[in-house]
Amino acid sequence: MMPQIKPILSALRRHKAGAVLIALQTALTLAIVCNALFIIQQRVAHLSAPSGIDEPNLLVIENTWADKLSKEDADAQLRADLAVLRQIPGVHDAVVSNAYPMRGSGWDQFITLTPDQTTAVGDPAVYLGDEHFIDTLGVKLIAGRNFRPDEVRPIANRESTMPPVTIVTKALADKLFPDGSALGKQIYAMSSTPTTIIGIVDLLQTQSLANWQMRSAYQSLIWPMRIVGNSYYILRAQPGQLAAVRQAAVKALYAQNRMRIINDDGVLDYTQVRQAAYDSDYGMAMLMGIICVVLLAITAAGIVGLTSFWVGQRRKQIGVRRALGATRHDILSYFMTENLLITVGGVIFGVALAIAMNLWLVTHFEMDRLSLIYLLVGVLLLLLLGQGAALAPAVRASRVSPIEATRSV
Amino acid sequence: MFSYYVQLGLRSLRRNPVLTALMVMAIGFGVAASMITYSVFRAVSGNPIPEKSERLFIPQIDSWGPKYNLPGNEPPYALNYVDAVALMRTHQAKRQTMLYPIELSALPLGGQSIPFTVEGFTAQSDFFAMFDVPFQYGSAWAAADDEHRAAVVVISRKLNDKLFGGENSLGREITLSGHNYRVVGVSENWNLKPRFFAAWGGTSFGNPSDIYIPISRAMDLRVDTAGSNSCRGHIDYGDWDGWLQSNCVWVIPWVQLDSTAEAEQYQQFLEGYAADQQRAGRYGWAPNVRLRNVMQWLDYLHVVPQESSVSLLVALGFFAICLINTIGLLLAKFLRRSGEIGVRRALGASRREIYLQYLIEAGTVGFAGGLLGLLLTALGISGVGLLFQPQIARLAHLDITLVGLTLLVSIFATVVAALYPTWRAAQVQPAWQLKSN
Repeated sequence: MMPQIKPILSALRRHKAGAVLIALQTALTLAIVCNALFIIQQRVAHLSAPSGIDEPNLLVIENTWADKLSKEDADAQLRADLAVLRQIPGVHDAVVSNAYPMRGSGWDQFITLTPDQTTAVGDPAVYLGDEHFIDTLGVKLIAGRNFRPDEVRPIANRESTMPPVTIVTKALADKLFPDGSALGKQIYAMSSTPTTIIGIVDLLQTQSLANWQMRSAYQSLIWPMRIVGNSYYILRAQPGQLAAVRQAAVKALYAQNRMRIINDDGVLDYTQVRQAAYDSDYGMAMLMGIICVVLLAITAAGIVGLTSFWVGQRRKQIGVRRALGATRHDILSYFMTENLLITVGGVIFGVALAIAMNLWLVTHFEMDRLSLIYLLVGVLLLLLLGQGAALAPAVRASRVSPIEATRSV
Repeated sequence: MFSYYVQLGLRSLRRNPVLTALMVMAIGFGVAASMITYSVFRAVSGNPIPEKSERLFIPQIDSWGPKYNLPGNEPPYALNYVDAVALMRTHQAKRQTMLYPIELSALPLGGQSIPFTVEGFTAQSDFFAMFDVPFQYGSAWAAADDEHRAAVVVISRKLNDKLFGGENSLGREITLSGHNYRVVGVSENWNLKPRFFAAWGGTSFGNPSDIYIPISRAMDLRVDTAGSNSCRGHIDYGDWDGWLQSNCVWVIPWVQLDSTAEAEQYQQFLEGYAADQQRAGRYGWAPNVRLRNVMQWLDYLHVVPQESSVSLLVALGFFAICLINTIGLLLAKFLRRSGEIGVRRALGASRREIYLQYLIEAGTVGFAGGLLGLLLTALGISGVGLLFQPQIARLAHLDITLVGLTLLVSIFATVVAALYPTWRAAQVQPAWQLKSN
């Protein structure tokens, strides 16, 4: 094959424009496909991030009181609601909280190790819940103990009192005390009153999934509090009972007290929560996927078109070569090598372009650096695409009969 | 001559159906991808209030200090209650309002109905004139209502339809979260996109507002914000009143300043206010204030979602590749007809006529690509909900501008792409072609 390269190069010089166009198209395609694949991978990685909770059996109900209730009245209503919910057949457990994992936005609070420290050591998501919280969400307690019922207090909106005890996630414990000594330690959550870590749970995703919160991914803490006022009921159904619980729960709540608002979109299972939370990731991955596929198809079609044109232009020369003793295989490999040379040129330029495009995205959109594996995959993909697209016209060229040499057109 | 060339173009399109189909598809897909993503980008990046955006400003005051400020020593996104009230009280701007988002419950008339949620804002009387809120009935409440902490409400046309069957409801009472309010105005359904005045907190593309109540009344009733609340340092404030006195920022101020002189004056006033606070010992740092107008504010908050910018860029790159593809295919198509060109030139056609003929031919390809692109764009926009978040996706729509733009961009881009192939075609030497034939 090697000896063929020189004549191919001198032939290419005679149709520079077409070769440059194919190389350019290959380069741009490589740049976009690499970056698109990388974006897809990052977004899909978000989609498959675990939450640490028993998603298949959880239901969230957003509850708003229609009347303005005093703190005492609201707390009484709340406890009555919880009693009703925990009685529903098929319900494993239920809890009231200020938020739920992957809600989209939520409550975070800076943590320091001394009351005077100004730089936060952690920025965890804050969950409020009673002694049923861990069991309801299906979170695993890996050290220490759960809350006791007598530690749980009601809290109204815009009230700020520090609970004496807290349960934290392992991610937060490790962030605050990298030596693994978190249990029993005191921490400060924007307060001069300390709170003591009495338990550590394994995994519990934060409420917001935005970039700022993802810098503290899985760093969450639970305070032994019942939030009165507008809040979320979280229910854990026994396996297979979620649909039945969903029907019964809203009815039971309205039967308990009619002066409340539960909107249709305020009752969510975790398929819905996930969908809402990862909507933009899913959409972005899909859009990039569609663009990749169509782009590769169009580039392939372009290569087929131009190579066919060249074959058509050179029928006479092919005939001459065949008449002078070149085999069909020689002709085939001529066009395949020609394509390979052009594609390699394009790919080299494309790698530089892909990196430049990624750097631009990094500086303007806080994206991550492109990993080399995507460049490699992209290069391989385009080399194969070029060869695949050139194959059909090259085969047609190899079938040109030596008799063409004698024709005038 | 023009129609003759168009006919020639169409005939030539039919002669090479595969090549033509390839080009039309490339242009169609390329332009459709660009237009679909552009329709989303256009919706989220537009100026929500073009005639006034340069005259509406959001003042920011550094109430956290360098230890706690946002990166780059940027002051907080909103004001704490104390600063907000103090700024409004001095009334340095001709029109001004402070506001925050709320969510209340409303009860339709008739005992059997179930309460429902209504979203809206607390504001001051200037709000409506500042932001050009259109009214169906009545008007904004008076400045005196703010002072007297009056229980009045402006409701949206949608809520008026729901509660009062669409009739003139001025003077009637509605109950919101257990308290009565008198209707003083019914606004037309009005929702700026993005809703710049509440851009902090991520509700720029939220549902339209149904209620507006005076902020003074809301404070009496302790109506909590449904928006963001951000605090620094220790927050041992205890209860509601402690929260109002705390450094937590949650009140959003806006002022209207009609000239650069006024804006400069206000900037000086802000610095003066901050200096006073420093002298009073409330803040232990030098004045650090900002006065951004609407577009500067939206830009600063990055209101345009990352997804829409990146996808628009990728789509434009995609379109560029489609055009390069088209250049190659046009080159092949034109040069294949070198013989024909040679004959025409030999028979007296000038280069100019060759240019004209082939550019018009390219134009017809572009037009066909545009039609396909239009079809794909319409299809894509109806399916845009699968690709973008619902609140963003529903903003994208196909209008006459987009239709025109799709066709125009396709034709223009294809003609530009055809420049090089046409130039090559015009360079064909008649003698050479005739000889080799």
